[in-house]
Amino acid sequence: MSQDQLIINSVTGVDVEFKIAGPGSRSYAFVIDWHIRLVLALAWFIVVLLAVAGGLSFEGLDDAGGGKIALIFLPPTLIYFLYQPIAELITRGRSPGKRIAGVRIVSREGDIPSIGALLIRNLFRLVDSLPALYVIGLVCTMVTKQNVRIGDLAAGTLLVIDHDRDGKSLAKMETLSRNPALDPKTADLIDELLERWNTLSKHKRRELALSVLTHTAQLTPEQLRALKDAQLRARLQQTLTGASS
Amino acid sequence: MSAEAGLAHWLNRRTGEWKELAQAAQRLQRGRSHRTEDALHAVEGYRSIGRDLSIARRVMPGSRLTLGLEALYARLHALIYRAPHNKAATLRALFRDQIPHAVRELHRYILWVTMLFALATGAGWWLIHTYPELIGLVASDEMIVNVEEGRLWTEGMLNIAPSSVVSVRILTNNIVVSITALCIGVFFGLGTFYIIALNGFMLGCLFAFTHQHGLAGELLKFVVAHGLVELSVICLAGAAGMALGASLAIPTHATRRESFQHATAEAGKLMILCALLLIGCGFIEGYVSPDPGFSMASRVVIGVGYWFIMLTALNGQLFRRLNA
Repeated sequence: MSQDQLIINSVTGVDVEFKIAGPGSRSYAFVIDWHIRLVLALAWFIVVLLAVAGGLSFEGLDDAGGGKIALIFLPPTLIYFLYQPIAELITRGRSPGKRIAGVRIVSREGDIPSIGALLIRNLFRLVDSLPALYVIGLVCTMVTKQNVRIGDLAAGTLLVIDHDRDGKSLAKMETLSRNPALDPKTADLIDELLERWNTLSKHKRRELALSVLTHTAQLTPEQLRALKDAQLRARLQQTLTGASS
Repeated sequence: MSAEAGLAHWLNRRTGEWKELAQAAQRLQRGRSHRTEDALHAVEGYRSIGRDLSIARRVMPGSRLTLGLEALYARLHALIYRAPHNKAATLRALFRDQIPHAVRELHRYILWVTMLFALATGAGWWLIHTYPELIGLVASDEMIVNVEEGRLWTEGMLNIAPSSVVSVRILTNNIVVSITALCIGVFFGLGTFYIIALNGFMLGCLFAFTHQHGLAGELLKFVVAHGLVELSVICLAGAAGMALGASLAIPTHATRRESFQHATAEAGKLMILCALLLIGCGFIEGYVSPDPGFSMASRVVIGVGYWFIMLTALNGQLFRRLNA
């Protein structure tokens, strides 16, 4: 078994495979979540301070009662410190940061972790965040076999790659069988190329399009090379759908 | 039929079901109560997706089709194997059976940590009794001046903040200390050892110091209502932390990871009860302890009574009775 994979034996005889997230994906998810909780806490603090003190100064708080002061300081503190466990509990291991980073928490059996496991995982942030900036946690994810921090070791959880696009890609399968004359593997390649068309450099997408069309289009290499960028794209679409030019 | 045409035919035939299953999986993942048909459909689908995935891995490895099927298969696996939603039954089992079981498993550590705490308290008492000038090590200047003038630092606590605020601040602090005592046990129990020893040592020092100025009785009066349970809970959290350390130093399972995971699961259950008990302590410390209107006798009744409730909760009797 590869170290960056979690493989679960299934009763169907076909293993369930998860790709384990590395320190990079983990850090990315954490940084997003950290910004969310910071912005939420700051937003509360500023809005309530403005409402109670009439400005961003503490001078207006001299006459404010204990209740009002608690209203300014307590909720942001709770938001900041409890955001992570609450978000993980509500989303069962896919906090907004993790969702954006394309990762989720699973138990070592590959299923959704229990509430207890999620709570334990979060309790141990206390140790993982020592001495500052999650140094212990980060070092642990770098040196452990399955890139886990102490909280994961304690709770028996793992962070695995879970891109929404993998799930959504099934919805596109119809495009792979639209042209019966086209090999589904090539159709998949063309569909992905078209999907990423605007994100690729002109040179790169031209090179890829020519390489695919050389094997599928009824044109000579010279004719293909004469096609412009937009024409190449249109030709790829025609090939995918089986429409005649 | 060529291999490509066969593959295209297979895709054509199966795509509809995959999309349907992906939607069903999403519904099952979001919803709380499900129809039997949906669940059966997911189980059936799990088998058929397994077969399809096996084909896709062979003929189209690394393609988006395979990735999509992998994702759907993993999602269905997680749905089918997830624990049933019965929160009431889970909570009942936790308080009636699992916490008492965790206490039995940790009883050796509870004993050792309580002894450590008592020894540290004795050491603190002895040190300040013998060298009174060393009180500056554990008490602030303001505390020392107050006691030397015949006042406890707890007097007038309610003049600074209302009981509710005092309670919340105290219970938060106590819960953080207990969680720290647990988590820091990961350093082979040494972190927990220092926290327990330090807390015991400080308590002994403060009692010795107040005794020298004739205020030990007053301090006891302040502490007795909430302190019995509070200190017991700190020892329980310490025992849980020690168990974590021991699980790493002397593994009880095949690997250190498994041993650590088992010890944390047991300790975590106990910590839920500890947190609840500390919430009670926080309210007693905010409303009863600083209020001079409560006599010593009433404080002892509250403190001892709450301690007995803690004992019955630890051995499961309390929740068995509540459910009877």
